[in-house]
Amino acid sequence: MLIFEQSQSGRRATAQAPGNAATLKSIPESLRRKQPAALPEVSEMQSVRHYTRLSRKNFSIDTHFYPLGSCTMKYNPRGCNTLAMLPGFVARHPYAPESHSQGFMACMYELQEILKEVTGMREVSLTPAAGAQGEFTGIAMIKAYHDTNGDHERSEIIVPDAAHGTNPATAVMCGYKVREIPTMKDGDIDIDALKSVLGPQTAGIMLTNPSTVGVFERRIREISDLVHKAGGLLYYDGANLNAILGKVRPGDMGFDAIHMNLHKTFSTPHGGGGPGAGPVGVSERLIPFLPVPMVSYDGGNYQWLTQTERPQSIGQLTAFGGNSGVLLRAYIYAKMLGREGMVRVAEYATLNANYLMKLLTDSGFQAAYPERRASHEFILTLKKEANELGVSTMDFAKRMLDYGVHAPTTYFPLLIPECLLVEPTETESLEELDNFVEVMQKIRHEAEHQPEIVTSAPHSMPVKRLDDVKAARELDLRWQPPES
Amino acid sequence: MSNTPDGLKYAKTHEWVKDNGDGTVTVGISDHAQELLGDLVFVELPEAGSDIAAGDEIAVVESVKAASDIYSPLSGKILGINEVLNDAPESINDSPYEEGWLFTLKITDKSELDALMDADAYTKHAQDEEH
Repeated sequence: MLIFEQSQSGRRATAQAPGNAATLKSIPESLRRKQPAALPEVSEMQSVRHYTRLSRKNFSIDTHFYPLGSCTMKYNPRGCNTLAMLPGFVARHPYAPESHSQGFMACMYELQEILKEVTGMREVSLTPAAGAQGEFTGIAMIKAYHDTNGDHERSEIIVPDAAHGTNPATAVMCGYKVREIPTMKDGDIDIDALKSVLGPQTAGIMLTNPSTVGVFERRIREISDLVHKAGGLLYYDGANLNAILGKVRPGDMGFDAIHMNLHKTFSTPHGGGGPGAGPVGVSERLIPFLPVPMVSYDGGNYQWLTQTERPQSIGQLTAFGGNSGVLLRAYIYAKMLGREGMVRVAEYATLNANYLMKLLTDSGFQAAYPERRASHEFILTLKKEANELGVSTMDFAKRMLDYGVHAPTTYFPLLIPECLLVEPTETESLEELDNFVEVMQKIRHEAEHQPEIVTSAPHSMPVKRLDDVKAARELDLRWQPPES
Repeated sequence: MSNTPDGLKYAKTHEWVKDNGDGTVTVGISDHAQELLGDLVFVELPEAGSDIAAGDEIAVVESVKAASDIYSPLSGKILGINEVLNDAPESINDSPYEEGWLFTLKITDKSELDALMDADAYTKHAQDEEH
């Protein structure tokens, strides 16, 4: 029974009810809702059961292996959260004067410094509140740079065909036209195609390295030289930073702007829609345009840098300095790892991915880029299984749920047919990785002998195979009272 | 095998063009394209009256798997759009060459038609892309 259907008029969870209506009076009449919200009226126990039941339906990193490619669903140490919840942090008011916030500001300053070191960028601003906002910030700074130079003819951003959908979306949001370039059969960017689109109209290029096809872009220096020679700048999408932490630095590859997803690489659970943190780092030429506030340090005290100190800044992105809880967890995580630990993240993330790729290809699955070493993730193409057995990547993905494994990313990047993008992350044990290989083998065995078990999966989940076409065509997003 | 009728012209990006013989053409996506996309759930069409150049992104088709851009194979002015698709995007799956047409275009440069592929060349192109 849905919680709405359990509702009885006048039933209350008194102990949990808000204090009194006095707070309501402080809201101006014109802003108050005219109709009360259509919320269910239930007892405390009914609501506890409701939420507990919901939580048991979760398929999450805390309950299952979750190799969702390009998402880095890794374990987030509880200690980071515990420390970020210390009362001195949680109770700090964002309007508290600098002199009362020196501890918090010291953490933020040190985080800026750590991220500079890790990425090889000249300066870092922590304020973007998510990856998408970090991307927007990066391209907005590139635009501000060209505008400041009076370079108004630069109207195009180059994006590879394998890019995350947010890349072209960001370019368009910033007023640019998107030029797409193809990926070659070995997974690298087609340099000739890049040369053919570069010109005085080029504002920049957006790249992910390792790329979304799970391989390291080997000719990145050449790409960077070509783009700079044409007067364009390079933007680094930090989606896959986990693969190279402490190993290779975007700044050394020649990038001018980069965003990092602290909520995936640096210890904040994600996949639930936020809150996130997407700090940006820049090369020398973009420093004046960084978003404010940032923290500076004169050797004695920490100060906020605002529009006053940074008049060319693209401005402020959030009410204050971003999501401080996520930033604190990232700072604590970085301090816990240290320089050596940071490198081991990248090493184990890539080792685990290559281990899985080797075992799976040895047992007959086809890698999309068999001649390339995987980064922290790799792509299988289940074309053969789909053609010969009539069992698609989606069927494999659904069947995995029955075996207690969250499905890897399916059908992305789009250019690979029957694509399965697998990212085990560094936090999984050898046993868990071996189990995944076994699950894949089992499902293929089923596909060969009883394909209907696979094509009608999942069988053990609270919801069975969904009609996703019907769901998309006939949107039904919220409960409504039955027509009386 | 997907159906690729003779008598139509095809673009590399999987649109078909029917020459109506009066300076206008009808444009849709090929049977092969709709098979690759899977069940369509949403179609965003251009506005009638807008001027477009060959190669412009002009429409979007969305399936449960992906959203894909549709490129105009020719330059010209949009005359009409297939309003039926707003409520019944599945027409493209069911009938890609008849009920599932996308838009009609008054073309500005007839020679652009010659640059498009015939059915045989398109079939070969589609096969090459598979590998």
